[in-house]
Amino acid sequence: MDITWLLFLLPIASAAIGWLLLNKQHTLAAYLSTASVIATFVISVSMLLAGKDTQASFNWASVGDFHVKIGFMADQMARGMMIVVTGVGMLVHVFSLPYMKKDAAKARYFACLSLFMFSMTGIVLSDNFLMTFMFWELVGLSSYLLIGHWYQKESAADAAKKAFLTNRIGDFGFMIGILMIWGIAGSVSFAGIADWASHVGTLTPLMTATLGAATLCIFCGAIGKSAQMPLHVWLPDAMEGPTPVSALIHAATMVAAGIFMMVRFFTCFETGEAHGAPEADHAAVSLIPSFAWTTIAVIGIVTSLAAAFMATQQDDIKKILAYSTLSQLGYMVMAVGLQGSEASMFHLYTHAWFKALLFLGSGAVIYACHHEQNIWKMGGLLKKMPITAITFLIATLALAGFPMTAGFFSKEQILHVANHQGGMLFFIPTVLVAILTTFYMFRLVFVVFFGKNRSENAEHAHEVGPLMFIPLIALTVMAVIAGYEGIAGQMAPLFHHEKVNFGSIEFLSSIGAFIVGLVLAFVFYFNKDEDKLSGNVLSKVFANKFYIDEFYAKLVRVFQDAVAAVVHFFDEILIGGILVGGLSRSAAGFGALFRRLHSGNLQGYATLFGAGALLIIYLTVFVF
Amino acid sequence: MATLHEYLFVSGLLFAIGLAGVIARRNIIVIFMCLEMMLSAANLTLVAFSRFNTAETGLPDYDGQMLVFFIITVAAAEVAVGLAIIVALYRARQTVNVNDLTSLRG
Amino acid sequence: MPTLFFYFFAILAISGAVALVVFRNPVSSALSMVASFVGFAGLFIGLNAYFIGVIQILVYAGAIMVLFIFIIMLLDLKKEESKKFPITTVIGALLIPGLFMLQLVGIFGNFDDKKHQALDLPASAEHYQEEAPKIAATLSGANGEAPSLPDVNLIGQKLFTEFNFPFQVMGILLLVATIGVVVLSKRSPSTSASDQ
Repeated sequence: MDITWLLFLLPIASAAIGWLLLNKQHTLAAYLSTASVIATFVISVSMLLAGKDTQASFNWASVGDFHVKIGFMADQMARGMMIVVTGVGMLVHVFSLPYMKKDAAKARYFACLSLFMFSMTGIVLSDNFLMTFMFWELVGLSSYLLIGHWYQKESAADAAKKAFLTNRIGDFGFMIGILMIWGIAGSVSFAGIADWASHVGTLTPLMTATLGAATLCIFCGAIGKSAQMPLHVWLPDAMEGPTPVSALIHAATMVAAGIFMMVRFFTCFETGEAHGAPEADHAAVSLIPSFAWTTIAVIGIVTSLAAAFMATQQDDIKKILAYSTLSQLGYMVMAVGLQGSEASMFHLYTHAWFKALLFLGSGAVIYACHHEQNIWKMGGLLKKMPITAITFLIATLALAGFPMTAGFFSKEQILHVANHQGGMLFFIPTVLVAILTTFYMFRLVFVVFFGKNRSENAEHAHEVGPLMFIPLIALTVMAVIAGYEGIAGQMAPLFHHEKVNFGSIEFLSSIGAFIVGLVLAFVFYFNKDEDKLSGNVLSKVFANKFYIDEFYAKLVRVFQDAVAAVVHFFDEILIGGILVGGLSRSAAGFGALFRRLHSGNLQGYATLFGAGALLIIYLTVFVF
Repeated sequence: MATLHEYLFVSGLLFAIGLAGVIARRNIIVIFMCLEMMLSAANLTLVAFSRFNTAETGLPDYDGQMLVFFIITVAAAEVAVGLAIIVALYRARQTVNVNDLTSLRG
Repeated sequence: MPTLFFYFFAILAISGAVALVVFRNPVSSALSMVASFVGFAGLFIGLNAYFIGVIQILVYAGAIMVLFIFIIMLLDLKKEESKKFPITTVIGALLIPGLFMLQLVGIFGNFDDKKHQALDLPASAEHYQEEAPKIAATLSGANGEAPSLPDVNLIGQKLFTEFNFPFQVMGILLLVATIGVVVLSKRSPSTSASDQ
């Protein structure tokens, strides 16, 4: 029995017990869940310190030669990811204790969080695609449950449904992709795919195209889960859930699962080196055709840019952060598509800390302002709640890529990848996003924490309790130090150190972007009571998220009508009228015909019986 | 002397008359009698074949007559049971007219 | 002369059968059936099946017909209502047996007729010399009488040797039928309660 199994066992046990305690022992369920996540964090740290790859699996189901295995693969990437998942998870649990204190359904909340921890652990440690897919659906479920935690609110219930359904679209592609990979490589385990990739040699053009299609299908799953264009619409709505959930699921971990899974998939094709054949490395990577890579990168940068623009005109503090998350996820996807898996994972890892911090900070602000989320009704909170404000500011700096914070290092690598692998076409939008990031984040900071109190709620705000600000401080520490080589080399998944070159174009543009963004935000928003930029056409477009939701609503309606018409035709006329109805009518017709025979008239029966006997005599004697 | 075909024709004719009776009559007891008639016609066929098949010993083939013997025995049992059923039926329905016995109507 | 007997009994059987079908009164039908069965018995005897002819009279004309008439009286059946036979029924009743007869005649064309052959009794005696000397003696006339066909002896010999097992089964069948008839004719308490 490997200790790693405990990582699965503890959260699911705590979730199960939490459900059982649903009505009576709220507080006990909460503490139990928190204890379990602390235990898993300790186990994760011990695994990290042990620093050796472990692996175990057992057969779950067999169909002929096809075996479904449940197993884990704790390599360096998974171990690093586990630190992120359990670390952020632990702090979020602790933060949730006071945040959800007065909630009637606290036990359900913590049970769902535990279920989420279980599912996320499954994705991270999974050693095959099928298991990934199962846990993939489970995180979808727990995300659904948590977004809809306050299901009494119609908007929350709708948002939960939207998240679930949107994810289903992506997951469908993911499933097809898994089946295609199984058909191509003959295996769904990562080791099996890697084995196939390193031995297959060159592919026919058709096979290459199929592999590219399979890659894109798998990427569909990532589009859904990581909320990339065009399936990004669920993530901003998911902010209806409790804020700690947004921090954990919709900022740090689950949305990153898509990127994690893509990197996991691509690393299967890079194992040539491990087999001691360096030239196989290049050959294996080039197995996946360039159109697949390009598609992924373009989707990433488009999402990143669009989300950054949308974020500039949002008024809800959590929505701003949600679009910021979208934008940063776009960064990561772009880096994956430009074959910069290391940069992508590094950014994922640093981003998890400071984005969780931003969300928890916003949670603290919202909590202090009595669930007020509109930034224009806050203001001047720096004096009221200094700890929160300072941690929030540091997180903002990290997100904006201020030098010597964690975000600086990872953004540096992203810019490097964009410049060297993508060229100007990718580099310029990337820098533009960096400018916009700084701009909208400082817009948020200036409006919320500076100026004067713009509402009663903001006037009565006061600093949150220690259980809330301790996680904030812990995350702040991580947001600053996580990027340095000493820490990151230990913890960051797939860490690949690159020395920061202070004269390079990446460094200069990064600093430049920060300064431009900060200056713009200062000019437009410092000490202002209203948004000077709103009101024009462009800002309306941004504020309404490019009208994508409305477009989808129309599209869905048109599509549904068309499908409904077709289905109606099939159902009513083809199936109902001809197939089923026809069958039933012909059966009824034959029945009516034979019913006449079944007159109950004995003489009729005798006649038929005699006729039958005659027929048999005729056939046996005269025909055969 | 009559030939085999003549015997078979007579038995066939008797069988046909019995069949006609089963088809035409409505009184279930008469129908039952017609059935007995058909059985006897079949017996006649068997005995005729038995008599005309003298190849082995020069005597009638008694296997055929054994079958007739069993048929008569079974027919006796059948008549007893059948008539008992008819009596029970008459008690339940107060009729022996098959036109009134239409439980099998679809 | 034997041919004359054949035609007499054949016509008796057929006319009795026709009367059975045609008469409206069940009692008349039953009596014409007795006449028909007498015709049958004559035909059996003409075929040297004396035993079968006798039990045809005993069992059918005697026991079974008595049973029929007894039931007819028990149920107190009147003449069948003088409703005309429906035309379809008449057509069916003529068509099906007519076609049957047509087929029968067709079958006659397919294989050769067999002439009536006298039984060669003394020649057949040696077949029974071993297992049944008495039958052989009757057949050959060795017991001082004229050679004759020991029909009942032959049937009995066959019945209790070759067909012994079916014979026993038949006994059980008759027992079952007897019990069945008793059960069927017994009024169950519930039906008697509703009847009266």
